[in-house]
Amino acid sequence: MNLKERIIEGLLFLCAAVCVLTTVGIIAVLLFQTIEFFSEVPFSDFITDTQWTPLFADKHFGILPLLTGTLLTTLVALIIAIPLGLSIAIYLSEYASKQLRGYIKPMLEILASVPTVVYGFFALTVVTPLLQHIIPGLAGFNAISPGIVMGIMIVPFVSSLSEDAMYAVPNSMREASFALGASKFQTALKVIVPAASSGIMVSVILGFSRAVGETMIVALAAGQQPRLTLDPRVPIETITNYIVQVSMGDVPRASLEYKTIFAAGLTLFVITFVLNNISYFIRKKYRAQYE
Amino acid sequence: MIAEMKKPEEQEVSLGKKEGEEKFSEISSEMPKLLNHKEEKSMNKVQAKNVHCWYGDFHVLRDINMEIKQNTVTALIGPSGCGKSTFLRTFNRMNDLIEGFKLEGEVLIDNKDIFAKDVRVNELRKKVGMVFQKPNPFPKTIFENVAYGLRVNGVTHKKFIEETVERSLRQAALWDEVKDKLNKNALSLSGGQQQRLCIARAIAVEPSVVLMDEPASALDPISSAKIEDLIWELKPKYTILIVTHNMQQAARVSDKTAFFYLGDLVEYDDTKTIFTNPKKEQTQNYITGRFG
Repeated sequence: MNLKERIIEGLLFLCAAVCVLTTVGIIAVLLFQTIEFFSEVPFSDFITDTQWTPLFADKHFGILPLLTGTLLTTLVALIIAIPLGLSIAIYLSEYASKQLRGYIKPMLEILASVPTVVYGFFALTVVTPLLQHIIPGLAGFNAISPGIVMGIMIVPFVSSLSEDAMYAVPNSMREASFALGASKFQTALKVIVPAASSGIMVSVILGFSRAVGETMIVALAAGQQPRLTLDPRVPIETITNYIVQVSMGDVPRASLEYKTIFAAGLTLFVITFVLNNISYFIRKKYRAQYE
Repeated sequence: MIAEMKKPEEQEVSLGKKEGEEKFSEISSEMPKLLNHKEEKSMNKVQAKNVHCWYGDFHVLRDINMEIKQNTVTALIGPSGCGKSTFLRTFNRMNDLIEGFKLEGEVLIDNKDIFAKDVRVNELRKKVGMVFQKPNPFPKTIFENVAYGLRVNGVTHKKFIEETVERSLRQAALWDEVKDKLNKNALSLSGGQQQRLCIARAIAVEPSVVLMDEPASALDPISSAKIEDLIWELKPKYTILIVTHNMQQAARVSDKTAFFYLGDLVEYDDTKTIFTNPKKEQTQNYITGRFG
């Protein structure tokens, strides 16, 4: 018995170790290749140069265009996802009957399970042509269309976590507010949302992190032109997009061009790592508020 | 009467014009209250006529009749599950929020049926304040907690809000303890302070009736005594209904006491009579601690 227990424990530990080791391995590879990259390209160029042209004859290695491309699509996504996600969360938590809530929640989560390649296709073939009717001068590839579609994709992230946070606000808060003559909407907006703000922030940050790392939608609909711009109507390129481009192209391994994707990848990793840690910190700090 | 209640905007304008002194004299005197209630001579502030309540099929209150005079404290006592809290919560229609709740009969405040179709629930709740069993301040600043009722009722006049917050905190005997930290989170206060803050929050919208649902049961004896003192001080301005499990508390703070048992109003009389010479044996048994 004792031996059997020990073997089981050992096997389970091994499974956990595989995960941890994989993460460590990924970080090590990223770091190793990135260090090599920076032995050839000065770090100051990487963060100040306004052009990203590693695949051209006149090579520039400024990450800024890719970074703005990433942040621009993410910003558009958040502009869509935050109001929509919060409205849904308020409706589900404060207005919908228990029964309806039970139906709508899983349905929303279906949104999260649509393959992103389908979303990307949808952005390219439906949303962009539609937007071209409304926005004059909108290019076939642009930041706004994949941004919007990405926004819809992350709505369930925002709404589900926000709704959990709002639902967890004790009923005594609602009673106190109603007892002072507040309406349902006033209560939701002035009591429930502020009381759930830490959970809402976490949901937004996780949505942010998800949008920053999203690849397929932008790869299909955003274009492949690294460009330092805040104009969402023109083709841009995101970090993820660039990595796809190089990985699938015929760039020789171990060349400087090849190493650029590790530097770009590490940049992405740092962003999402920081975001996830912020959300973890917020969750930990405010968890005990009502206990 | 409910419809005649002063709108917050009107209060704001009329009070906003006056300056300090005049204002405080107005606040401290009983004059405006008396002037507001033209039907003063009609005696009964709160009245329940043949009230029945159900939660689904469960008949929680049976044929309750009660008349409550203005500026009195009425204690509702009885063992758990006797319906006293449900009865308390009919007066600000808090039970409406519970699925399956049904009420028959009439509940009158200032001779107006509060379940009539033309009554707006939020107007009613402004007039009938409530303090809950567990202190439930909002996770906002102390100031914003007290200002909340004014804000949701459309008051925006900054000075008026500030003055009302101070006055309410003074009335709730909390001002001296919090005046230097009005912008601190209300959750940083002690339980007793939080409960007095909730009282300040309730009276900031100038209700005429205040409902208290075991307001001191979650507090230590000293905080509890402070709440009792406070109830005495509030009596000249408000009509207070208090649910309590604490017999001594009922005896100390109330003018009248109502004893509920299993959904019936067993006895309703002067507190002195209830505690010294109750007419029903059930009441006698309960207050002497033989059951409940």
